[in-house]
Amino acid sequence: MTIPGFPDAAPVAGLAGGILIGIAAAIMLLGSGRIAGVSGIAARATGLADSTMARSSAWAFLIGLPLGAFVVSLVTGGLPANFASPVYLVVAGLIVGIGTRVGSGCTSGHGVCGMSRFSQRSLVATLTFMVTGFATVAIMNAMGLEVLP
Amino acid sequence: MNTRIIIAALVAALSGSVFGAGLALGGMTDPVRVRGFLDLFGDWDPTLAFVMGGAVIVMGVAWLVQPRLAHPLFAEKFSLPGTQDLTPRLIGGSALFGIGWAIAGLCPGPGIAALVIEPVSAAIFVIAMLAGMAIVRFMEKDV
Repeated sequence: MTIPGFPDAAPVAGLAGGILIGIAAAIMLLGSGRIAGVSGIAARATGLADSTMARSSAWAFLIGLPLGAFVVSLVTGGLPANFASPVYLVVAGLIVGIGTRVGSGCTSGHGVCGMSRFSQRSLVATLTFMVTGFATVAIMNAMGLEVLP
Repeated sequence: MNTRIIIAALVAALSGSVFGAGLALGGMTDPVRVRGFLDLFGDWDPTLAFVMGGAVIVMGVAWLVQPRLAHPLFAEKFSLPGTQDLTPRLIGGSALFGIGWAIAGLCPGPGIAALVIEPVSAAIFVIAMLAGMAIVRFMEKDV
C-alpha cells in the first residue's frame, strides 16, 4: 500500500513497526515498571548516568535492540541502510549524546513513552527536537550539503 | 544469583528485542527514512509518523492499564519519572538532540540496532554518542 503523493512512504510497515515498538515499551512499563528510553538506558549501562535500573537489565535491553533488528533482516532478506560518512556520524553522535543527556531523553523516552502519557515535558521536548530536526535538514539542504549516499 | 535480577534482565531483553525488531520493520534503521521524514520542506517521507503513531497508540493503552496494577508484573514497584517542570535545560537539550538527529538521520535506538546492519558506521555513531554523554557527565560532576 502506498500513499498518494508519497510513493516512497511505507505506511503499513511503519505502522507495524510502530506497534511493535509500542508493545516493547509496554513490556518494559507493565513488566518492570520502567520507561523504555534508549538514551537513558544506554547511559545507565555504560555508567554515564545514575539510575535505579540494574546495569544487567540495561545491557540486556541494549543487546536486544540489534538482536531484534537482526531477526527482521533475516526474515525480510536484508534491510536497507544508507549511512552518512564518518565525519557526519561523529558530529551527529556527539550532539545526540550531549542533547539527550541534557534534555533527559530522546525519541523513545520523550516521543513514545512520554507523549503517550501526555507528559507536558515530553510533549515540549518532542516538539522541540522535531522543529530543530526539520530546520537542520532544511538548512543543510539550502547549503547543498549531501549527507547520505 | 538473585532471581529478581535475572527476571528483570529477561524482561529488558524481551523489550529490547521487540523494540529493535519494530525499529527495523518500520524502516527506522535506515537513515534515509528518518532524514526523509525530517525533510519536511523537500521530498517528505511520512513513514516515521506512522511508526510514531503506532507506538504511541499502543503505549497509550499501556498507560491506561498501568494505574490499575498495584505493582509491575515482575517488579516490586513502578520507577517512573515524576518531574513536571519545563526547564531551559529540557528545551535546550532537546533542541540540540534534534540537530544531531537530523544531521545523520540517527537517534540512539536505531543507531544501536543498526550495529548488526552496518556495524562500522553504526559503531562510529554510537561511540561518538557515548562520548557526548560522557562529556555531559564529567561537566556536571565539576559543578
